[in-house]
Amino acid sequence: MIAAALPHEAVGQADLKHAWLRHRVAVLRAAVVALAVLLLEAATRLGWIDQVSFIPPSRMAASAWHILWSGTYKADILLTLYAAGLAVILAVTFGFLFGVLLFKLPRLRRVLDPLLLSYYAVPIFVLYPMLIVLFGLNRWPLVALGFLFAVVAMAVNTLNGLERVPAVLLRTARMLRLGRAQEVRLITLPASLPFVFTGIKLAIVYSFIAVIGGEFVLSGAGFGYQIAYAYNNFDNPTMYGLMLLLLVFVGALNLLLHAMEQRLYQRRVLKELT
Amino acid sequence: MSAQTRTQSGMQAPSAPRLNDGMLLIAAMLVLWQLASWGFGAAVLPGPVRTFQQLWTQVSDPEFGAHLAETGKAFLSALAISLIGGAIMGVLLGARRLAGDVFEPLLIALYSIPKIALYPIVLLLFGLGVSAKIAFGAMHGIIPMTIFTMTAVRNIRPVYMRSIRTHRLTAWQGAMHVLIPAAMPEVVAGLRIGFSLTLLGTLLGEMFASQRGIGHLLMRAIDRNDAPTIMALAVMLFLFATIVSLGLLQWDRRLRRGA
Repeated sequence: MIAAALPHEAVGQADLKHAWLRHRVAVLRAAVVALAVLLLEAATRLGWIDQVSFIPPSRMAASAWHILWSGTYKADILLTLYAAGLAVILAVTFGFLFGVLLFKLPRLRRVLDPLLLSYYAVPIFVLYPMLIVLFGLNRWPLVALGFLFAVVAMAVNTLNGLERVPAVLLRTARMLRLGRAQEVRLITLPASLPFVFTGIKLAIVYSFIAVIGGEFVLSGAGFGYQIAYAYNNFDNPTMYGLMLLLLVFVGALNLLLHAMEQRLYQRRVLKELT
Repeated sequence: MSAQTRTQSGMQAPSAPRLNDGMLLIAAMLVLWQLASWGFGAAVLPGPVRTFQQLWTQVSDPEFGAHLAETGKAFLSALAISLIGGAIMGVLLGARRLAGDVFEPLLIALYSIPKIALYPIVLLLFGLGVSAKIAFGAMHGIIPMTIFTMTAVRNIRPVYMRSIRTHRLTAWQGAMHVLIPAAMPEVVAGLRIGFSLTLLGTLLGEMFASQRGIGHLLMRAIDRNDAPTIMALAVMLFLFATIVSLGLLQWDRRLRRGA
């Protein structure tokens, strides 16, 4: 009995240890987040932080659930999603074309280089007032702001991806006498895909930041506007509920994109190794 | 951005054509701006001449100095906090592999949320005034500084660590003579991003619920539908941010060449 049980137990322990080593980073990360939430809960419940200015996370969650369930803000959520989605589509399309253009025309790229490198140093939000003057106070300035914020990241990453297509692959294409279209379809696009995907990821994240930021500062509807509106009316439960929804949504989106991106890059590394 | 910087630094163009390219870029932008101004009408989009006139009027306004000082004070304090805080957190997370692995995705997630929507929390905790702006600017700047410093410390070559041990340097000497110089280029790259985000955070903070500063002037100009002033302030911020950013880029390139 004992002799039979021992190895089994040892294997079980080894499995457990193995699982711990493999997942310990994820487990610890979850623990850190849980601890932070618990600390906030305790700090607010025990009155270390003023309950008027910061409500306990459990009440935030309840409020977020209520907002989602009652559907009061459905129209605003959809408006924000539409504006950001439109900005993403425009930025990805034009950013990709712009990146290809920069790759094909090195002279243009050399001239524009300082602009590309310092583009994100400029707080693009200062343009928002001008966009309102140009388009009027409606949804278009927000779409334009999201587009402007995202398009250069897409272009720079497309350019980066095209530059990093390994020379040996291009030589192979020439050796196999691939036509122009075949070379693009079989070599250039797959090889630059991870970098282009990084561009798409950034375009999505930046578009959301710009649209919600624009709504928050100055607009008449949308998710960002509702947060600002709740703040101005001292409606803290609604404000924190909306913020929590935003955090969960953007966080989940980001995790998803990050995971997809990692997979693309890993595939690329494996291909390079073999 | 940093990946691109690295590929750029390998290509050393002679300085004279680069200057010409710069001139060409500025000229092209001015021409495009003027054309757009004619297209939309000068009342909607003021042209370069009108904008620079308005900028001169703004700058010579006696009130302007106080607004600039307010923004400058908030911005520099926020930048100092981001720099020092980001460097300390980055070194700690970079030196401990496990801690770095645990916190890196959390930092990236924090980096990508629209922090502007969280500004009310900052306002509620710090109250209206300059401290809320500083806190908000630092919130934007500290995360990229941490991420870049962490990467820099992690990527220090093991031979450097061994040479610290061989020379029996104290922790302080090792940091001063080996670790900090080795990590410097990445830290400067982080400073570039941190600089621009801190500026963005400070300005956004001023655009929402503030009575003083450049951001407040911008909002006031929007309320009055004063296109030349909006354009003048935007151009001023553009020039400031671009010049500092290009300066930091030069510094970054020089450090990498030296390394």
